[in-house]
Amino acid sequence: MLNSNAPRDRPRGAVILLCALAFFLGAPARADEVQEAQKLLKAGQSQQALERVNRALAANPKDPQARFLKGLIFTEQGKQTEAIEIFTKLTQDYPNLPEPYNNLAVIYASQGQYDKARAALEQSIRTHPSYATAYENLGDVYAKLASQAYGKALQLDASNTGAQNKLSLVRELVREPGIKPAAVAAAATPKEAPKEPAKPPVVAQKSPEKPAAAEKPAADARAEVLKTVNAWAQAWSKKDADAYLAHYAKDFKTPGGEARADWEKGRRSRIGAPKSISVGVESAKVTMRSPQQASVSFRQTYRSDKLSTKSRKTLELVKADGRWFIKEEKAGK
Amino acid sequence: MRRLAILVLALCFVSASAAATPEDRLSTVFEAIEANKLDVALKRVDALIGDYPNFRLAHLVRGDLLLARARPLQTFGNVVKTVPQERVDGLREEALARLRAARQRPGEDRLPRYVLQLNPEQKHALVVDSRRSRLYVYANDGGKPKLIADYYVTLGKNGIDKTREGDQKTPVGVYHVTANLPRKKLTDFYGAGAFPINYPNEWDRRQGRNGHGIWLHGVPSDVYSRPPRASDGCIVLANPDLESLGQRLQIGLTPVIIADEIEWTDRAALESERAGLAAALEQWRADWQSRDTERYLAHYSQRFASQGQDYAAWAAHKRKVNAAKAWIKVGLGRVTMLRYPHERDVVVVTFEQDYRSNGLSNVMKKRQYWVKEGARWKIVYEGAA
Repeated sequence: MLNSNAPRDRPRGAVILLCALAFFLGAPARADEVQEAQKLLKAGQSQQALERVNRALAANPKDPQARFLKGLIFTEQGKQTEAIEIFTKLTQDYPNLPEPYNNLAVIYASQGQYDKARAALEQSIRTHPSYATAYENLGDVYAKLASQAYGKALQLDASNTGAQNKLSLVRELVREPGIKPAAVAAAATPKEAPKEPAKPPVVAQKSPEKPAAAEKPAADARAEVLKTVNAWAQAWSKKDADAYLAHYAKDFKTPGGEARADWEKGRRSRIGAPKSISVGVESAKVTMRSPQQASVSFRQTYRSDKLSTKSRKTLELVKADGRWFIKEEKAGK
Repeated sequence: MRRLAILVLALCFVSASAAATPEDRLSTVFEAIEANKLDVALKRVDALIGDYPNFRLAHLVRGDLLLARARPLQTFGNVVKTVPQERVDGLREEALARLRAARQRPGEDRLPRYVLQLNPEQKHALVVDSRRSRLYVYANDGGKPKLIADYYVTLGKNGIDKTREGDQKTPVGVYHVTANLPRKKLTDFYGAGAFPINYPNEWDRRQGRNGHGIWLHGVPSDVYSRPPRASDGCIVLANPDLESLGQRLQIGLTPVIIADEIEWTDRAALESERAGLAAALEQWRADWQSRDTERYLAHYSQRFASQGQDYAAWAAHKRKVNAAKAWIKVGLGRVTMLRYPHERDVVVVTFEQDYRSNGLSNVMKKRQYWVKEGARWKIVYEGAA
């Protein structure tokens, strides 16, 4: 049933494909601008990102990538009305792009308009029957609608009747009609791409919706934090300095107060020196200081061909862009 | 011509679907679920909720159908464990009761043992099955019962066998409706209206049962129906059901028989029981008229009691009265015979008695309770009805 629209859309899709290709081939400088804006947004500088995007749009007002990014910026800035307007217009101009539907749905869901969210996601899946993010989001919307129905059945506050779910916003318009997703994916997340090549190129990010974030069970957040710490220990054990350092926040408080670059240099040489390293994390205890701040105390076992130690360690982590980063590293309790 | 045929067909379809009760429609939702057509089921339940937004059970089913799209269900009414489970349980029980009743409607020759005979004025009799949460409506088809409708009902929180005031139970027994309380005289709690019944009746009083205010009534406007066990002892119907039932009820006439689990029989067995009791009643009439007082008194049980008189007092009184008569004529009309549920052979007999004699004549409505002692039917209670 969901597939039925696909063949009918193809001719129109082909036309858009040509246009899209023309954009990409003909205006590489503008594409760079959009990429730059994307990076700014990722770094949390949404206002600067908006300025870049507006510059790109001034040159080419119809560009779907730039419009999509602008919608995303508005979403992250909490300007839902503006974001809805942009994504809606995109669905009208490019009816077989799934991403704008998906992001519309995320905004509708954050407003509690689950029926609208459902309609948008079903549309998104109709355009791309294999679109995983929309499926996941639709599952969450169904769960939400179910919870509302249970609320009516049992005369309860709907928030009591079902699990809380967050929907994933799609961050990048990777599926220009007809363009192989991989072609764009390379530019999307260079760091993660080699690590998980099997992962779909859609980088899903947590919804910016504040209340939902607060409602998310703390247990899930704890698991996330612990996962980060284990990944950090693993990167260290693999002597993968890039991956190891990527776990540290931009404003990481270096132990001796030295400059970040100096500290990084020191760490790289330390990690590079031994032939093998094995770092273990034992009896970890996670304390959530806030939904965006956590503290993890554990027993660290470090073993290399040169040295073997056991020590207590505490990591202070902060959440940014949906990921946890180490902000401070303390020896002892 | 052909277009007309299509139009007629379409009209038939429309009227048929309009006639479908919410329960029938819920049943088609479950049919779609069983056929694994979940999209169809969701559409049907959406339409049902569109028409009956307060049908909570339909919302529960809708919740399950939506949740099934997100993840596998663990149970019917798959809500998280933190919600008050008794509310979910109530709806689950309602679903079971409604489904079971819709799928196990009694066949043509399956009749409750209770409705032995209706008088020509009684158009209907109601029989309630507490285990099934169901009220069956029997039409008087030439004195014989014929099933014409059945409804889901809510009964007492604490079940049946009411004995005490405030025990929140529904009585078991043979009753009739005694009044019609229209909607405008009631609070919203009673919904479309109310029909009190005569609990406690003569038999209840004899057993020392008390309490009062057992009604058939509707539901508040914010619900379509209530769980199977939720009332303080009343028999509660959905408002549309109460309205259609109400049109059939005759005040003072329509019997309401409440059973735990209806005892079923077939037409032949029912007729043979009816004939046996009718013969005993006729013999009682003839023996009274014959002024052979001992033969007449032989119809009364040693356990007889009525209005403070035991058997001895009753016998002494009758001997004295009958001795003074030169002639007696007794006519019986409009006889109703209703067997008492879950008692060993107790039948409530109600009739119009036309008594004439030298000195006194009167016409009265009388009620007797007959019980079987050994092979013989005997009277244990007699009084004005």
